[in-house]
Amino acid sequence: MKITSKIYTALIFVFLFAPIAVLLIFSFNETKSLSVFSGFSLKWYKELLGDRSTLESVQNTLILAFSATVVSTVMGTAAAVGLHRLRKKWYRGLINTVTNIPMINPDIITGISMMLVFVFVGRLWGASTSLNFWTMLIAHVTFCLPYVIFQVLPKLRQMDKDLLEAAMDLGCTPMRAFFKVTLPEILPGIITGAIMAFTLSLDDFVISYFTSGNDFQTLPIRIYGMTKKTVTPKMYALATIIFFVTMTLLLLNNIVDDEDSRRKRELKKNTIKQGGNKK
Amino acid sequence: MSMQKSGKKQKQSSGRLALAPYSLWSLLFIVVPLIFIAYYAFTDESFRFTTENITRFFTATSQLTEESGASREVRTYLLIFARSLKLAAISTVICLLLGYPLAYIMARAKERTQKTLITLVMIPMWMNFLIRTYAWMTILQDTGILNGLLELVGLSPAHIIGTETAVIIGMVYDYFPYMILPIYSIMAKMDIRLLEAAKDLGCNGAAVLRRVIFPLSLPGVISGINMVLIPSVSTFYISQKLGNGKFFLIGDAIEGQYIANNLHFAAAIAFILMVVLLLCMALLKYLAARLVYGGESYENNI
Repeated sequence: MKITSKIYTALIFVFLFAPIAVLLIFSFNETKSLSVFSGFSLKWYKELLGDRSTLESVQNTLILAFSATVVSTVMGTAAAVGLHRLRKKWYRGLINTVTNIPMINPDIITGISMMLVFVFVGRLWGASTSLNFWTMLIAHVTFCLPYVIFQVLPKLRQMDKDLLEAAMDLGCTPMRAFFKVTLPEILPGIITGAIMAFTLSLDDFVISYFTSGNDFQTLPIRIYGMTKKTVTPKMYALATIIFFVTMTLLLLNNIVDDEDSRRKRELKKNTIKQGGNKK
Repeated sequence: MSMQKSGKKQKQSSGRLALAPYSLWSLLFIVVPLIFIAYYAFTDESFRFTTENITRFFTATSQLTEESGASREVRTYLLIFARSLKLAAISTVICLLLGYPLAYIMARAKERTQKTLITLVMIPMWMNFLIRTYAWMTILQDTGILNGLLELVGLSPAHIIGTETAVIIGMVYDYFPYMILPIYSIMAKMDIRLLEAAKDLGCNGAAVLRRVIFPLSLPGVISGINMVLIPSVSTFYISQKLGNGKFFLIGDAIEGQYIANNLHFAAAIAFILMVVLLLCMALLKYLAARLVYGGESYENNI
Protein backbone atom coordinates (compact mmCIF):
# COMPACT_ATOMS: atom_id res chain seq x y z
CA MET A 1 0.00 0.00 0.00
CA LYS A 2 1.17 3.49 -0.80
CA ILE A 3 1.54 5.97 2.02
CA THR A 4 -1.42 8.11 0.85
CA SER A 5 -3.63 5.02 0.76
CA LYS A 6 -2.52 4.13 4.26
CA ILE A 7 -3.34 7.58 5.61
CA TYR A 8 -6.71 7.57 3.85
CA THR A 9 -7.62 4.13 5.20
CA ALA A 10 -6.55 5.14 8.70
CA LEU A 11 -8.69 8.31 8.61
CA ILE A 12 -11.77 6.37 7.54
CA PHE A 13 -11.27 3.88 10.34
CA VAL A 14 -10.88 6.69 12.86
CA PHE A 15 -14.30 7.92 11.72
CA LEU A 16 -15.78 4.40 11.90
CA PHE A 17 -14.43 3.61 15.34
CA ALA A 18 -14.61 6.99 17.11
CA PRO A 19 -18.18 6.51 18.40
CA ILE A 20 -17.42 2.96 19.52
CA ALA A 21 -14.31 4.12 21.36
CA VAL A 22 -16.36 6.83 23.05
CA LEU A 23 -18.88 4.21 24.20
CA LEU A 24 -16.24 1.87 25.54
CA ILE A 25 -14.34 4.57 27.39
CA PHE A 26 -17.28 6.34 28.94
CA SER A 27 -18.89 3.13 30.14
CA PHE A 28 -16.06 3.09 32.72
CA ASN A 29 -16.54 6.71 33.74
CA GLU A 30 -16.95 7.49 37.40
CA THR A 31 -19.47 10.27 36.89
CA LYS A 32 -22.55 10.68 34.76
CA SER A 33 -20.77 12.99 32.34
CA LEU A 34 -20.54 11.79 28.77
CA SER A 35 -17.88 14.31 27.79
CA VAL A 36 -15.39 14.51 30.67
CA PHE A 37 -13.68 11.37 31.91
CA SER A 38 -13.09 11.80 35.62
CA GLY A 39 -12.02 8.36 36.80
CA PHE A 40 -12.29 4.64 36.30
CA SER A 41 -15.18 2.78 37.85
CA LEU A 42 -17.35 -0.25 37.25
CA LYS A 43 -20.39 1.29 38.86
CA TRP A 44 -22.46 1.48 35.63
CA TYR A 45 -21.92 -2.21 35.07
CA LYS A 46 -23.09 -2.88 38.60
CA GLU A 47 -26.13 -0.72 38.07
CA LEU A 48 -26.87 -2.48 34.80
CA LEU A 49 -26.82 -5.85 36.52
CA GLY A 50 -29.37 -4.55 39.01
CA ASP A 51 -31.73 -3.30 36.30
CA ARG A 52 -34.45 -5.93 36.17
CA SER A 53 -36.33 -4.80 33.07
CA THR A 54 -33.18 -4.44 30.98
CA LEU A 55 -32.05 -7.91 31.96
CA GLU A 56 -35.48 -9.24 31.14
CA SER A 57 -35.32 -7.60 27.73
CA VAL A 58 -31.93 -9.22 27.14
CA GLN A 59 -33.48 -12.56 27.95
CA ASN A 60 -36.41 -11.84 25.62
CA THR A 61 -34.07 -10.84 22.82
CA LEU A 62 -32.14 -14.09 23.14
CA ILE A 63 -35.31 -16.21 23.26
CA LEU A 64 -36.67 -14.47 20.18
CA ALA A 65 -33.38 -14.61 18.26
CA PHE A 66 -32.93 -18.28 19.08
CA SER A 67 -36.48 -19.23 18.04
CA ALA A 68 -36.32 -17.13 14.87
CA THR A 69 -32.97 -18.68 13.96
CA VAL A 70 -34.18 -22.26 14.43
CA VAL A 71 -37.39 -21.74 12.45
CA SER A 72 -35.80 -19.73 9.64
CA THR A 73 -32.79 -22.05 9.31
CA VAL A 74 -34.89 -25.20 9.05
CA MET A 75 -37.51 -23.69 6.73
CA GLY A 76 -34.91 -21.77 4.71
CA THR A 77 -32.68 -24.81 4.18
CA ALA A 78 -35.67 -26.90 3.09
CA ALA A 79 -36.73 -24.07 0.77
CA ALA A 80 -33.25 -23.82 -0.76
CA VAL A 81 -33.18 -27.58 -1.39
CA GLY A 82 -36.64 -27.42 -2.95
CA LEU A 83 -35.74 -24.36 -5.01
CA HIS A 84 -32.58 -26.08 -6.23
CA ARG A 85 -34.53 -29.11 -7.45
CA LEU A 86 -37.32 -27.06 -9.00
CA ARG A 87 -37.46 -27.38 -12.79
CA LYS A 88 -40.20 -24.86 -13.57
CA LYS A 89 -38.36 -21.69 -14.49
CA TRP A 90 -41.25 -19.27 -13.93
CA TYR A 91 -41.91 -20.63 -10.45
CA ARG A 92 -38.25 -20.38 -9.52
CA GLY A 93 -38.13 -16.82 -10.81
CA LEU A 94 -41.25 -15.93 -8.85
CA ILE A 95 -39.92 -17.37 -5.57
CA ASN A 96 -36.61 -15.60 -6.16
CA THR A 97 -38.31 -12.24 -6.66
CA VAL A 98 -40.53 -12.65 -3.61
CA THR A 99 -37.53 -13.69 -1.50
CA ASN A 100 -35.70 -10.54 -2.54
CA ILE A 101 -38.52 -8.27 -1.37
CA PRO A 102 -37.68 -8.19 2.38
CA MET A 103 -34.04 -7.51 1.52
CA ILE A 104 -34.77 -4.58 -0.81
CA ASN A 105 -37.77 -3.03 0.94
CA PRO A 106 -37.03 -0.47 3.65
CA ASP A 107 -37.44 -2.00 7.12
CA ILE A 108 -40.09 0.51 7.99
CA ILE A 109 -42.29 -0.74 5.13
CA THR A 110 -41.71 -4.40 6.00
CA GLY A 111 -42.62 -3.59 9.60
CA ILE A 112 -45.69 -1.50 8.82
CA SER A 113 -46.99 -3.98 6.25
CA MET A 114 -46.84 -6.95 8.63
CA MET A 115 -48.29 -4.89 11.46
CA LEU A 116 -51.33 -4.08 9.27
CA VAL A 117 -51.97 -7.78 8.64
CA PHE A 118 -51.57 -8.67 12.32
CA VAL A 119 -53.88 -5.88 13.46
CA PHE A 120 -56.44 -6.79 10.80
CA VAL A 121 -56.46 -10.48 11.69
CA GLY A 122 -56.49 -9.63 15.39
CA ARG A 123 -59.55 -7.48 14.89
CA LEU A 124 -61.32 -10.30 13.03
CA TRP A 125 -60.66 -12.53 16.00
CA GLY A 126 -61.85 -9.83 18.34
CA ALA A 127 -58.58 -9.61 20.28
CA SER A 128 -57.93 -6.30 22.01
CA THR A 129 -54.16 -6.41 21.47
CA SER A 130 -52.99 -8.35 18.48
CA LEU A 131 -49.24 -7.74 18.78
CA ASN A 132 -47.24 -10.13 20.98
CA PHE A 133 -44.33 -12.53 21.00
CA TRP A 134 -45.78 -14.58 18.15
CA THR A 135 -46.23 -11.65 15.78
CA MET A 136 -42.64 -10.64 16.48
CA LEU A 137 -41.43 -14.17 15.87
CA ILE A 138 -43.27 -14.30 12.52
CA ALA A 139 -41.73 -10.96 11.54
CA HIS A 140 -38.21 -12.01 12.52
CA VAL A 141 -38.47 -15.36 10.75
CA THR A 142 -39.68 -13.52 7.64
CA PHE A 143 -36.74 -11.13 7.42
CA CYS A 144 -34.20 -13.85 8.33
CA LEU A 145 -35.37 -16.38 5.74
CA PRO A 146 -33.90 -14.71 2.63
CA TYR A 147 -30.44 -14.59 4.20
CA VAL A 148 -30.54 -18.30 5.05
CA ILE A 149 -31.82 -19.24 1.58
CA PHE A 150 -29.21 -17.16 -0.25
CA GLN A 151 -26.43 -18.66 1.89
CA VAL A 152 -27.50 -22.26 1.31
CA LEU A 153 -28.37 -22.07 -2.42
CA PRO A 154 -24.82 -21.46 -3.70
CA LYS A 155 -23.54 -24.39 -1.64
CA LEU A 156 -26.12 -26.64 -3.31
CA ARG A 157 -25.04 -25.38 -6.74
CA GLN A 158 -21.38 -26.07 -5.97
CA MET A 159 -22.17 -29.63 -4.91
CA ASP A 160 -21.29 -32.58 -7.11
CA LYS A 161 -24.64 -33.89 -8.40
CA ASP A 162 -23.31 -37.40 -8.95
CA LEU A 163 -22.61 -37.87 -5.23
CA LEU A 164 -26.30 -37.96 -4.36
CA GLU A 165 -27.09 -40.31 -7.26
CA ALA A 166 -24.23 -42.59 -6.22
CA ALA A 167 -25.55 -42.78 -2.66
CA MET A 168 -28.99 -43.71 -3.94
CA ASP A 169 -27.55 -46.26 -6.37
CA LEU A 170 -25.78 -47.83 -3.44
CA GLY A 171 -29.09 -48.27 -1.69
CA CYS A 172 -29.71 -45.09 0.31
CA THR A 173 -33.26 -43.88 0.50
CA PRO A 174 -33.58 -40.27 -0.76
CA MET A 175 -34.08 -39.12 2.83
CA ARG A 176 -30.97 -40.92 4.06
CA ALA A 177 -28.98 -39.76 1.05
CA PHE A 178 -29.93 -36.19 1.90
CA PHE A 179 -28.78 -36.46 5.51
CA LYS A 180 -25.64 -38.46 4.70
CA VAL A 181 -24.47 -36.65 1.56
CA THR A 182 -26.18 -33.32 0.92
CA LEU A 183 -26.39 -32.00 4.46
CA PRO A 184 -22.66 -32.31 5.31
CA GLU A 185 -21.82 -30.60 2.00
CA ILE A 186 -24.07 -27.59 2.54
CA LEU A 187 -23.49 -27.34 6.31
CA PRO A 188 -21.10 -24.36 6.13
CA GLY A 189 -23.79 -22.42 4.24
CA ILE A 190 -26.41 -23.39 6.79
CA ILE A 191 -24.17 -22.31 9.68
CA THR A 192 -23.32 -18.97 8.08
CA GLY A 193 -27.02 -18.44 7.34
CA ALA A 194 -27.95 -19.29 10.92
CA ILE A 195 -25.34 -16.92 12.36
CA MET A 196 -26.56 -14.16 10.07
CA ALA A 197 -30.17 -14.83 11.08
CA PHE A 198 -29.22 -14.75 14.75
CA THR A 199 -27.29 -11.47 14.56
CA LEU A 200 -29.95 -9.81 12.37
CA SER A 201 -32.62 -10.80 14.85
CA LEU A 202 -30.57 -9.60 17.84
CA ASP A 203 -29.93 -6.25 16.21
CA ASP A 204 -33.30 -5.52 14.63
CA PHE A 205 -35.11 -2.47 15.90
CA VAL A 206 -37.34 -1.05 13.16
CA ILE A 207 -39.35 -4.16 12.27
CA SER A 208 -39.60 -5.19 15.94
CA TYR A 209 -40.83 -1.71 16.80
CA PHE A 210 -43.89 -2.09 14.59
CA THR A 211 -44.69 -5.71 15.40
CA SER A 212 -44.17 -5.85 19.18
CA GLY A 213 -46.74 -5.54 21.91
CA ASN A 214 -46.30 -4.22 25.43
CA ASP A 215 -45.81 -7.56 27.11
CA PHE A 216 -42.71 -8.64 25.21
CA GLN A 217 -39.91 -6.09 24.94
CA THR A 218 -36.62 -6.80 23.25
CA LEU A 219 -33.37 -5.03 24.01
CA PRO A 220 -33.38 -2.64 21.01
CA ILE A 221 -36.91 -1.58 21.94
CA ARG A 222 -35.86 -1.09 25.53
CA ILE A 223 -32.88 0.98 24.36
CA TYR A 224 -35.23 3.07 22.23
CA GLY A 225 -37.32 3.71 25.31
CA MET A 226 -34.20 4.57 27.32
CA THR A 227 -32.85 7.06 24.78
CA LYS A 228 -36.12 8.94 24.83
CA LYS A 229 -35.13 10.17 28.28
CA THR A 230 -31.65 11.29 29.31
CA VAL A 231 -29.26 8.42 29.14
CA THR A 232 -26.86 7.32 31.83
CA PRO A 233 -23.60 5.50 31.06
CA LYS A 234 -25.50 2.37 32.12
CA MET A 235 -26.53 2.10 28.50
CA TYR A 236 -22.92 2.49 27.42
CA ALA A 237 -21.99 -0.42 29.65
CA LEU A 238 -24.67 -2.41 27.92
CA ALA A 239 -23.35 -1.34 24.50
CA THR A 240 -19.85 -2.42 25.48
CA ILE A 241 -21.09 -5.86 26.45
CA ILE A 242 -23.08 -6.17 23.21
CA PHE A 243 -19.99 -5.08 21.30
CA PHE A 244 -17.85 -7.85 22.71
CA VAL A 245 -20.57 -10.47 22.25
CA THR A 246 -21.08 -9.58 18.58
CA MET A 247 -17.31 -9.43 18.07
CA THR A 248 -17.11 -13.00 19.33
CA LEU A 249 -19.88 -14.08 16.97
CA LEU A 250 -18.15 -12.36 14.06
CA LEU A 251 -14.85 -14.11 14.85
CA LEU A 252 -16.67 -17.43 15.11
CA ASN A 253 -18.19 -16.82 11.70
CA ASN A 254 -14.75 -16.10 10.25
CA ILE A 255 -13.38 -19.31 11.73
CA VAL A 256 -16.21 -21.32 10.12
CA ASP A 257 -15.46 -19.58 6.80
CA ASP A 258 -11.73 -20.28 7.05
CA GLU A 259 -12.36 -23.91 7.90
CA ASP A 260 -14.67 -24.18 4.90
CA SER A 261 -12.18 -22.73 2.43
CA ARG A 262 -9.34 -24.80 3.90
CA ARG A 263 -11.41 -27.95 3.44
CA LYS A 264 -12.21 -27.00 -0.12
CA ARG A 265 -8.55 -26.36 -0.94
CA GLU A 266 -7.62 -29.76 0.44
CA LEU A 267 -10.41 -31.44 -1.48
CA LYS A 268 -9.16 -29.82 -4.68
CA LYS A 269 -5.63 -30.97 -4.00
CA ASN A 270 -6.83 -34.54 -3.39
CA THR A 271 -8.91 -34.71 -6.55
CA ILE A 272 -6.01 -33.40 -8.60
CA LYS A 273 -3.78 -36.05 -7.08
CA GLN A 274 -6.31 -38.77 -7.86
CA GLY A 275 -6.61 -37.53 -11.42
CA GLY A 276 -2.85 -37.80 -11.73
CA ASN A 277 -2.83 -41.36 -10.40
CA LYS A 278 -5.24 -42.51 -13.08
CA LYS A 279 -2.77 -41.64 -15.79
CA MET B 1 -34.45 -45.86 -18.12
CA SER B 2 -37.86 -45.97 -16.51
CA MET B 3 -36.29 -46.32 -13.09
CA GLN B 4 -34.20 -43.24 -13.66
CA LYS B 5 -37.28 -41.34 -14.71
CA SER B 6 -39.24 -42.29 -11.63
CA GLY B 7 -36.23 -41.36 -9.51
CA LYS B 8 -36.20 -37.92 -11.08
CA LYS B 9 -39.89 -37.54 -10.52
CA GLN B 10 -39.49 -38.50 -6.90
CA LYS B 11 -36.72 -35.95 -6.53
CA GLN B 12 -38.96 -33.32 -8.10
CA SER B 13 -41.91 -34.06 -5.84
CA SER B 14 -39.77 -34.19 -2.70
CA GLY B 15 -38.33 -30.83 -3.80
CA ARG B 16 -41.80 -29.40 -4.08
CA LEU B 17 -42.63 -30.74 -0.63
CA ALA B 18 -39.52 -29.09 0.84
CA LEU B 19 -40.42 -25.79 -0.76
CA ALA B 20 -44.09 -25.86 0.24
CA PRO B 21 -43.82 -24.37 3.78
CA TYR B 22 -41.72 -21.48 2.54
CA SER B 23 -44.02 -20.85 -0.44
CA LEU B 24 -46.96 -20.55 1.90
CA TRP B 25 -44.98 -18.46 4.41
CA SER B 26 -43.76 -15.98 1.81
CA LEU B 27 -47.25 -15.66 0.38
CA LEU B 28 -48.78 -14.97 3.81
CA PHE B 29 -46.06 -12.75 5.27
CA ILE B 30 -44.38 -11.07 2.30
CA VAL B 31 -46.96 -10.80 -0.50
CA VAL B 32 -50.16 -10.37 1.50
CA PRO B 33 -48.68 -7.61 3.74
CA LEU B 34 -47.69 -5.60 0.67
CA ILE B 35 -51.23 -5.92 -0.66
CA PHE B 36 -52.44 -4.75 2.75
CA ILE B 37 -50.41 -1.54 2.46
CA ALA B 38 -52.28 -0.70 -0.74
CA TYR B 39 -55.57 -1.86 0.79
CA TYR B 40 -55.20 0.34 3.88
CA ALA B 41 -53.87 3.26 1.82
CA PHE B 42 -57.02 3.34 -0.30
CA THR B 43 -59.62 2.74 2.41
CA ASP B 44 -61.01 4.69 5.35
CA GLU B 45 -61.59 3.62 8.97
CA SER B 46 -64.55 1.46 8.00
CA PHE B 47 -62.66 -0.04 5.03
CA ARG B 48 -64.62 1.79 2.35
CA PHE B 49 -62.70 2.82 -0.76
CA THR B 50 -61.29 6.36 -0.62
CA THR B 51 -58.44 8.34 -2.17
CA GLU B 52 -58.51 10.79 0.71
CA ASN B 53 -55.35 9.42 2.38
CA ILE B 54 -53.36 9.88 -0.79
CA THR B 55 -54.80 13.35 -1.44
CA ARG B 56 -54.01 14.34 2.13
CA PHE B 57 -50.36 13.51 1.56
CA PHE B 58 -50.16 15.89 -1.39
CA THR B 59 -52.34 18.72 -0.09
CA ALA B 60 -52.00 18.96 3.72
CA THR B 61 -50.45 22.30 4.68
CA SER B 62 -48.88 23.78 7.77
CA GLN B 63 -47.12 26.96 8.89
CA LEU B 64 -43.36 26.93 8.69
CA THR B 65 -41.55 29.52 10.80
CA GLU B 66 -38.22 30.46 9.35
CA GLU B 67 -35.22 31.62 11.33
CA SER B 68 -35.92 35.22 10.41
CA GLY B 69 -39.27 34.87 12.17
CA ALA B 70 -41.32 35.11 9.00
CA SER B 71 -43.73 32.26 8.56
CA ARG B 72 -45.11 30.81 5.36
CA GLU B 73 -47.53 28.12 4.41
CA VAL B 74 -46.01 24.89 3.12
CA ARG B 75 -47.22 21.52 1.90
CA THR B 76 -46.36 19.50 5.01
CA TYR B 77 -45.71 16.03 3.64
CA LEU B 78 -44.27 17.11 0.32
CA LEU B 79 -41.74 19.23 2.21
CA ILE B 80 -40.87 16.31 4.51
CA PHE B 81 -40.52 13.95 1.58
CA ALA B 82 -38.34 16.38 -0.38
CA ARG B 83 -36.14 16.86 2.69
CA SER B 84 -35.80 13.09 3.17
CA LEU B 85 -34.78 12.62 -0.45
CA LYS B 86 -32.33 15.53 -0.28
CA LEU B 87 -30.56 14.41 2.92
CA ALA B 88 -30.49 10.78 1.79
CA ALA B 89 -29.08 11.76 -1.61
CA ILE B 90 -26.34 13.90 -0.03
CA SER B 91 -25.45 11.08 2.38
CA THR B 92 -25.35 8.56 -0.44
CA VAL B 93 -23.02 10.75 -2.52
CA ILE B 94 -20.71 11.26 0.47
CA CYS B 95 -20.68 7.50 1.16
CA LEU B 96 -19.81 6.84 -2.48
CA LEU B 97 -17.04 9.46 -2.62
CA LEU B 98 -15.51 8.24 0.66
CA GLY B 99 -16.15 4.55 0.04
CA TYR B 100 -15.08 4.08 -3.56
CA PRO B 101 -11.38 4.83 -2.97
CA LEU B 102 -11.38 2.71 0.17
CA ALA B 103 -12.96 -0.24 -1.66
CA TYR B 104 -10.28 0.15 -4.34
CA ILE B 105 -7.46 0.28 -1.79
CA MET B 106 -8.89 -2.77 -0.02
CA ALA B 107 -9.22 -4.80 -3.21
CA ARG B 108 -5.59 -4.10 -4.13
CA ALA B 109 -4.18 -4.99 -0.71
CA LYS B 110 -2.62 -8.34 0.25
CA GLU B 111 -5.08 -11.14 0.92
CA ARG B 112 -4.53 -11.16 4.68
CA THR B 113 -4.84 -7.39 4.91
CA GLN B 114 -8.03 -7.57 2.86
CA LYS B 115 -9.60 -9.97 5.34
CA THR B 116 -8.66 -7.80 8.32
CA LEU B 117 -9.92 -4.62 6.66
CA ILE B 118 -13.25 -6.17 5.68
CA THR B 119 -13.79 -7.38 9.25
CA LEU B 120 -12.93 -3.91 10.54
CA VAL B 121 -15.48 -2.34 8.18
CA MET B 122 -18.13 -4.76 9.36
CA ILE B 123 -17.62 -4.41 13.11
CA PRO B 124 -19.49 -1.10 13.52
CA MET B 125 -22.34 -2.63 11.51
CA TRP B 126 -22.92 -5.17 14.22
CA MET B 127 -23.25 -2.48 16.88
CA ASN B 128 -26.86 -1.67 17.58
CA PHE B 129 -27.82 1.22 15.33
CA LEU B 130 -29.67 3.08 18.08
CA ILE B 131 -26.54 3.06 20.24
CA ARG B 132 -24.29 4.08 17.33
CA THR B 133 -26.51 7.02 16.61
CA TYR B 134 -26.74 7.94 20.25
CA ALA B 135 -22.96 7.89 20.53
CA TRP B 136 -22.78 10.49 17.76
CA MET B 137 -25.23 12.61 19.67
CA THR B 138 -22.89 12.75 22.65
CA ILE B 139 -19.91 13.47 20.38
CA LEU B 140 -21.59 16.30 18.50
CA GLN B 141 -23.37 17.95 21.43
CA ASP B 142 -22.51 21.59 22.14
CA THR B 143 -20.77 20.43 25.31
CA GLY B 144 -19.63 17.17 23.72
CA ILE B 145 -16.27 15.66 22.95
CA LEU B 146 -15.84 17.25 19.53
CA ASN B 147 -16.18 20.74 20.93
CA GLY B 148 -13.92 19.76 23.81
CA LEU B 149 -11.25 18.77 21.30
CA LEU B 150 -11.78 21.92 19.23
CA GLU B 151 -11.34 24.01 22.35
CA LEU B 152 -8.18 22.12 23.24
CA VAL B 153 -6.52 23.07 19.96
CA GLY B 154 -7.77 26.62 20.32
CA LEU B 155 -10.60 26.63 17.77
CA SER B 156 -14.04 28.05 18.35
CA PRO B 157 -16.74 25.48 19.14
CA ALA B 158 -19.03 24.31 16.36
CA HIS B 159 -22.77 24.05 16.70
CA ILE B 160 -23.63 20.86 14.87
CA ILE B 161 -26.31 19.01 16.82
CA GLY B 162 -29.78 19.84 15.59
CA THR B 163 -28.60 20.81 12.11
CA GLU B 164 -28.97 19.02 8.81
CA THR B 165 -25.22 18.37 8.94
CA ALA B 166 -25.65 16.27 12.07
CA VAL B 167 -28.37 14.19 10.41
CA ILE B 168 -26.12 13.65 7.37
CA ILE B 169 -23.18 12.59 9.58
CA GLY B 170 -25.45 10.08 11.29
CA MET B 171 -26.70 8.65 7.99
CA VAL B 172 -23.22 8.42 6.48
CA TYR B 173 -21.91 6.71 9.59
CA ASP B 174 -24.75 4.23 9.94
CA TYR B 175 -24.86 3.10 6.30
CA PHE B 176 -21.25 3.54 5.12
CA PRO B 177 -20.40 -0.23 5.29
CA TYR B 178 -23.32 -0.97 2.95
CA MET B 179 -21.59 1.13 0.28
CA ILE B 180 -18.14 -0.39 0.78
CA LEU B 181 -19.05 -4.08 0.79
CA PRO B 182 -20.71 -4.46 -2.65
CA ILE B 183 -18.13 -2.26 -4.41
CA TYR B 184 -15.28 -4.10 -2.74
CA SER B 185 -16.61 -7.54 -3.62
CA ILE B 186 -16.85 -6.60 -7.33
CA MET B 187 -13.41 -4.98 -7.34
CA ALA B 188 -11.77 -7.94 -5.62
CA LYS B 189 -12.98 -10.18 -8.43
CA MET B 190 -11.83 -7.80 -11.18
CA ASP B 191 -9.28 -9.26 -13.61
CA ILE B 192 -6.06 -7.37 -13.02
CA ARG B 193 -4.87 -8.21 -16.54
CA LEU B 194 -7.56 -5.95 -17.97
CA LEU B 195 -6.01 -2.98 -16.17
CA GLU B 196 -2.56 -3.94 -17.40
CA ALA B 197 -3.86 -4.35 -20.94
CA ALA B 198 -5.42 -0.88 -20.81
CA LYS B 199 -2.11 0.57 -19.63
CA ASP B 200 -0.20 -1.27 -22.34
CA LEU B 201 -2.59 0.12 -24.92
CA GLY B 202 -1.73 3.64 -23.83
CA CYS B 203 -4.26 4.58 -21.13
CA ASN B 204 -2.94 6.80 -18.37
CA GLY B 205 -4.07 6.27 -14.76
CA ALA B 206 -7.12 8.47 -15.02
CA ALA B 207 -8.24 6.87 -18.26
CA VAL B 208 -7.87 3.38 -16.80
CA LEU B 209 -10.07 4.45 -13.91
CA ARG B 210 -12.70 6.07 -16.12
CA ARG B 211 -12.80 3.58 -18.99
CA VAL B 212 -12.02 0.26 -17.31
CA ILE B 213 -12.28 0.21 -13.52
CA PHE B 214 -15.38 2.34 -13.12
CA PRO B 215 -17.52 0.61 -15.78
CA LEU B 216 -16.57 -2.80 -14.41
CA SER B 217 -17.37 -1.81 -10.84
CA LEU B 218 -20.70 -0.24 -11.78
CA PRO B 219 -22.94 -3.11 -10.61
CA GLY B 220 -21.31 -2.81 -7.17
CA VAL B 221 -21.77 0.96 -7.20
CA ILE B 222 -25.44 0.59 -8.10
CA SER B 223 -26.16 -1.90 -5.35
CA GLY B 224 -24.13 0.23 -2.91
CA ILE B 225 -26.21 3.29 -3.80
CA ASN B 226 -29.44 1.31 -3.34
CA MET B 227 -28.29 -0.10 -0.02
CA VAL B 228 -27.44 3.35 1.37
CA LEU B 229 -30.21 5.38 -0.23
CA ILE B 230 -33.10 3.13 0.80
CA PRO B 231 -32.44 2.95 4.55
CA SER B 232 -31.46 6.63 4.77
CA VAL B 233 -34.60 7.83 2.98
CA SER B 234 -36.78 5.79 5.31
CA THR B 235 -34.94 6.22 8.62
CA PHE B 236 -36.81 7.58 11.61
CA TYR B 237 -34.42 7.53 14.52
CA ILE B 238 -31.39 9.46 13.27
CA SER B 239 -33.42 12.55 12.53
CA GLN B 240 -35.05 12.52 15.95
CA LYS B 241 -31.78 12.22 17.85
CA LEU B 242 -29.26 14.14 15.77
CA GLY B 243 -31.71 16.62 14.28
CA ASN B 244 -33.19 17.37 17.72
CA GLY B 245 -36.57 16.61 16.18
CA LYS B 246 -36.34 19.71 14.03
CA PHE B 247 -35.95 17.85 10.76
CA PHE B 248 -38.84 15.51 10.39
CA LEU B 249 -38.25 12.89 7.74
CA ILE B 250 -40.70 10.64 5.96
CA GLY B 251 -39.92 7.78 8.36
CA ASP B 252 -40.81 10.04 11.29
CA ALA B 253 -44.08 10.88 9.58
CA ILE B 254 -44.95 7.18 9.22
CA GLU B 255 -43.96 6.47 12.83
CA GLY B 256 -45.97 9.47 14.06
CA GLN B 257 -49.11 8.27 12.29
CA TYR B 258 -48.55 4.77 13.66
CA ILE B 259 -48.28 6.08 17.21
CA ALA B 260 -51.39 8.19 16.71
CA ASN B 261 -53.07 4.99 15.46
CA ASN B 262 -53.87 6.51 12.03
CA LEU B 263 -53.03 3.26 10.32
CA HIS B 264 -54.68 4.14 7.02
CA PHE B 265 -52.72 7.35 6.58
CA ALA B 266 -49.51 5.63 7.75
CA ALA B 267 -50.14 3.01 5.05
CA ALA B 268 -50.71 5.76 2.46
CA ILE B 269 -47.35 7.40 3.25
CA ALA B 270 -45.63 4.00 3.18
CA PHE B 271 -47.32 3.22 -0.15
CA ILE B 272 -46.12 6.47 -1.73
CA LEU B 273 -42.61 5.95 -0.33
CA MET B 274 -42.50 2.46 -1.81
CA VAL B 275 -43.64 3.63 -5.25
CA VAL B 276 -41.11 6.49 -5.31
CA LEU B 277 -38.28 4.18 -4.23
CA LEU B 278 -39.15 1.66 -6.93
CA LEU B 279 -39.10 4.47 -9.51
CA CYS B 280 -35.75 5.70 -8.17
CA MET B 281 -34.23 2.23 -8.45
CA ALA B 282 -35.52 1.77 -11.99
CA LEU B 283 -34.21 5.22 -12.99
CA LEU B 284 -30.81 4.46 -11.47
CA LYS B 285 -30.54 1.21 -13.41
CA TYR B 286 -31.57 2.97 -16.63
CA LEU B 287 -29.11 5.84 -16.12
CA ALA B 288 -26.25 3.46 -15.37
CA ALA B 289 -26.95 1.54 -18.55
CA ARG B 290 -27.20 4.79 -20.54
CA LEU B 291 -24.08 6.36 -19.10
CA VAL B 292 -21.62 3.59 -19.70
CA TYR B 293 -22.95 1.28 -22.33
CA GLY B 294 -25.00 3.62 -24.48
CA GLY B 295 -28.35 2.04 -23.77
CA GLU B 296 -27.42 -1.61 -23.32
CA SER B 297 -28.07 -3.09 -19.92
CA TYR B 298 -24.84 -3.30 -17.95
CA GLU B 299 -25.70 -6.80 -16.85
CA ASN B 300 -25.30 -8.06 -20.42
CA ASN B 301 -21.77 -6.80 -20.42
CA ILE B 302 -20.49 -8.60 -17.38
